[in-house]
Amino acid sequence: MTVPTTPDTQTAPASAEQRVNAGIGRSVLRPDGIPKVKGNFAYVSDLQAEGMLHGATARSPFAHARLVSIDLTPALAMNGVKAVIVQDDVPGTAMYGLEHRDQPVLCDGTARYWGEPVAVVAAEDPETAKHAAAAIVMEWEELDTLDDPEEADAIDSVFRRVKVRRGDQDAHGEVVIEGYYEVGTQDQAPLGPEAGLALPDGEGGVDLYGTSQWVHADHEQIVAALGLQPDQIRCHPAGIGGAFGAREDMNLHIHCCLLALVTGRPVKMVYDRAESFAGHVHRHPARMWYRHEANRDGTLVRVQAKLLLDGGAYMSTTGAVIGNATYFAVGPYKVDSVAIDGVGAKTNNPPCGAMRGFGAVQSCFGHETQMDRLAAELAMDPMVLRRLNALQQGDPMSTTGQIITDSLPTVDVMDALVAMPLPDDTDSDNPLHLPGGTGLTTSRSHVRRGVGYGVSIKNIAFSEGFDDYAEARVVLTSVGAEVHTAAIEVGQGLVTVCAQIARSALGLEHVAVVFDDTSSIGSAGSTSASRQTQLTGNAVLEAARRVREMALERIGGDDLTDAGVWRNGELIMSLDALYDAGPIEFTARYRHPATFEADENGQGTLHAGFAIAAHRAVVEVDPELGLIRVVRIDTAQDVGRVLNPQSVIGQIEGGILQGVGLAYMEELVIQKGKILNASFTDYLLPTFLDAPDVEAILIEEPGEWGPFGAKGVGEPPTISSTPAVAAAIRDAVGKPLNRVPILPEHIVGV
Amino acid sequence: MIITMTINGGQRTVEVNTPTSLLNVLRDRLELEGSKQACEQGECGSCSVVLDGELVCSCLVMATDCDGSTLTTVEGLGDEDTLHPVQQALVQAGGVQCGFCTPGFVVAAAALFDEHPHPESDVIKEELAGNICRCTGYGAILRALEELAARP
Ligand code: FES
Ligand code: FES
Repeated sequence: MTVPTTPDTQTAPASAEQRVNAGIGRSVLRPDGIPKVKGNFAYVSDLQAEGMLHGATARSPFAHARLVSIDLTPALAMNGVKAVIVQDDVPGTAMYGLEHRDQPVLCDGTARYWGEPVAVVAAEDPETAKHAAAAIVMEWEELDTLDDPEEADAIDSVFRRVKVRRGDQDAHGEVVIEGYYEVGTQDQAPLGPEAGLALPDGEGGVDLYGTSQWVHADHEQIVAALGLQPDQIRCHPAGIGGAFGAREDMNLHIHCCLLALVTGRPVKMVYDRAESFAGHVHRHPARMWYRHEANRDGTLVRVQAKLLLDGGAYMSTTGAVIGNATYFAVGPYKVDSVAIDGVGAKTNNPPCGAMRGFGAVQSCFGHETQMDRLAAELAMDPMVLRRLNALQQGDPMSTTGQIITDSLPTVDVMDALVAMPLPDDTDSDNPLHLPGGTGLTTSRSHVRRGVGYGVSIKNIAFSEGFDDYAEARVVLTSVGAEVHTAAIEVGQGLVTVCAQIARSALGLEHVAVVFDDTSSIGSAGSTSASRQTQLTGNAVLEAARRVREMALERIGGDDLTDAGVWRNGELIMSLDALYDAGPIEFTARYRHPATFEADENGQGTLHAGFAIAAHRAVVEVDPELGLIRVVRIDTAQDVGRVLNPQSVIGQIEGGILQGVGLAYMEELVIQKGKILNASFTDYLLPTFLDAPDVEAILIEEPGEWGPFGAKGVGEPPTISSTPAVAAAIRDAVGKPLNRVPILPEHIVGV
Repeated sequence: MIITMTINGGQRTVEVNTPTSLLNVLRDRLELEGSKQACEQGECGSCSVVLDGELVCSCLVMATDCDGSTLTTVEGLGDEDTLHPVQQALVQAGGVQCGFCTPGFVVAAAALFDEHPHPESDVIKEELAGNICRCTGYGAILRALEELAARP
C-alpha cells in the first residue's frame, strides 16, 4: 500500500489557508508519536500518585445466581487492606448504564452474568488487593441460566424490538433466496487494559483518569450512581491504548472513585487480560434469517429478515445496536418492499455493546451472503448484481424511507474496486505464503485460491433523534493557538486532525491540542460511530474561523500568520502583542443535521450521514485441512474528503484486519454464559503473518456536513471486509459457510 | 533477594521478595513504564526487552533470575534529542496509533535490525509475528521497517 503524501491540488484549501504547511489534506505526523515510540507516553495504566492504593475486584463465578451470603471479614483482616465495598455501600442510585441505567455498580444480590463485579477492595499493593478479593467468601445459589437468545425472544426477555415495514408487503419476485446466518461474539481486544486512577480532592469530590471514549457520559453516570453534585466529579481524558467500542461503557470507574472517597487516598485499578475480557462489553453475536426476492433480470423486489442479537445481561448500547442492524439490514441497495424485525435479546450471557461497525457488521454478513447467492442463482457476476441495485444519493433508504441527501458514491466505490488489478497467482512454496504458515502443514499443490466481495453502508454519528453535538474551544496564544476539547483520542489520530483543521482555518502553523476535563469544557460526545472528525472537527473549524475573524477585527488586519496580524502586506501587530492586548477565544458547539425517532413502521429521517465501503478479498485455502490465508484485500471507500492521508490509510488497514479477524479467527467461546477463552493465548488475534496486503482507493465526493466535506472513516473498513473474506473462502472450497468466524472444522466438514 | 542489573547502561539494584516478573519490577519498582503489560502470557510482545543479548517477553521472566543481567528496554533506545532509527521510521510512516504495542515493536525491531540491517519483508513479518498490534493492521509498521531496511 502506498500512502499519498502530497495534497490533491484540486481539493486543496483555498487562499490564506493554502499557505499552511501542516493543515488539512496532508500526512501531518501525530504529535504524540514521539513520546509513544520512546515509551514515555503516559497511559492510564502507567499513572502513579503519591500514597496511592490499589484496587481489585471479586466477581461472580456464575452466569446467574443468587448471592446467599457474603463474608468480607477475611479480606478486611488482611494486613494492608484499607477498604472493601459492596453494593449496599454505594450511595446514590448505585446504578449505571449508557442507554438505560440498569446495571448495579456491584452485584445487587443476583449475579446476572459470569464475572459480574460483587465487591471491590483497596489495599496498599496490587498483590494484597488481589489476595483480599480472592479471600472474600461468597455463598451462591445457582439459578437457571438463560443463555439462548431464541428462548429469550420467545419469553419476551428483550431490550428492544425494532420493526421495519416499507412498501407493498405482498410484492414478490421471480427468484427467492432464503438463508440463515450466524456471527460469533467478537471482542475489541484493545491492547491497553482497562485502568483508572481516582484522586480524592479532600472535599468529598474526585478527579478520575480512566480509560474512556466519552468522559462526559462517564461523568453523568458516576455523579448519579454516587449521589454527588456534578462539580464534585471531574473526569479527565487520559492516555488510552485503543478502544474500538470497548470503552464506551464504564467498568471500574465508579469502583475507583468510591474507593478513593471511602479511603481518602488515591486509588488505582488495572484489569489483567482475563479480567479485561470479562470486564468490558463485546460485539453482539447474531442469528439472522433472510429472504430475498428478485426478478430474473436481477432487480431486487423484496427483502425480509429477522435479526436476533444477544445483548447479554445488561442493556449497554443494545438498543442502538439492534436499531443499526435492522435499519442497515438491506445494505446499500434499492428495494421497495421491505420487512425487517430486529430483536435485542436479554440473557445471562456477557453483556454486549459497542464495537466498530455497531450492528451493521452483523447484518452485512447476512445481506452480502444473500447477494452472492442471488447472483449465483441468476448466473450473474456478484458485483454486476450489486451495481444494478446500488442505492444512491437522492434515493430513499430501503428500510426507513429516508431520502439520502448526503453524498453516496456507491457506484463509484464499486467501480473503483472492480477495476483494481487482481494479484497474480503464485507458485511460492515458502511456508510464509501458504495457509498454516510455518506449521509446514500444506504444500502449494493442495491450495485453492478464492475471490469474494462485500459492500457496506454505515451511518455516521448518532441516530434516531439523539441530541448529538460536540463542543470545542480555540484560544489564541502568544505563539499560536490552542484547541481545547474533551474528545477522546484513543489512537485514531483525532489529535492530529483537530490541529490540522485549526491550522487551515486560522492560517497559523503553531497549533496545539489540549485535552480538557469535564469541568473545563462541554461534551465532545463519544469517540465512536465514526463521528469525531465530523463533529469535533466542525466545532474546531467554527471556533478557529471565529478566532481568526476576531483577531483581524481587533486591529483591522487582513491576514493572520504566526508572526502576527497583517494589513496590506505589512505586519501591524505581533501575536505576542495581540495576546497581551486581551484574550481572544471562541467556544463552538456543533450539532449535526437533526435526526428523528422512527414511526411504528421504522420510517423516518433517522440518520445524519452515511458512508460506503467495498472490499475484495483474495484467499488461499487448503480444503482438506481447513487452513486459510488471506492474501490480499482491495478496497474502495467513500471518505468524503481526505484530511490526513496517512491517518485514513491507517484506519482502513487497521479496520480491515479486525474484519478479517472476525471472518476466520476471532471468537469468544461462551458456554453456559461463561467465557472459556479469556486470554490472548486462546482468543486468536491476527498477527503480522496473518495480515494481508491491502490496497485502497479513496473516493472523494464531499459529504454534506463534515468539515471540508470529510466523512468519518473508522468503521466502514471493518464492515464489509468480513463478508468479502467469507465469500472468498466459499469461492475456494464450494461450501455454504453461513457462520463467521469460519473455522477449520467448518471447511473440512467434521 | 537483592538483584542488581545493568539496565540501559546504568546499574540498578532492587529488593524483590515475592515471585514476580521482570516486567512488574521494571514497571512498578524501577519506574520504567515504557515496557507495557497487555497479556502477561507471552502472547503480545508489548513487554519486549533485550536480556543478555536476547529478545524476551519480560512478563515471562522471573525477576529473581535476572540478577547480574544486562538489559535494554525501550527507554534505552535513542536519547533525549535523537530517536533510534526504528523509532524515527515508525513515527514517520504512521506506524503508531494508540501506541500501546509500540515500545514492544521498537525493541523487537531494533533487535532485528541489529542482527540483519537489511531484512526482507518476509523476515520482518516473521520476526515481529510475536508482537500484536490491534490498531494499525501492521501495514504502516511494515512500510516503516521496509524503508529502514532499504537504506544503504
Ligand atoms: S505482556 Fe508480555 S507478551 Fe504480552
Ligand atoms: S498502535 Fe495500538 S496496538 Fe498497535
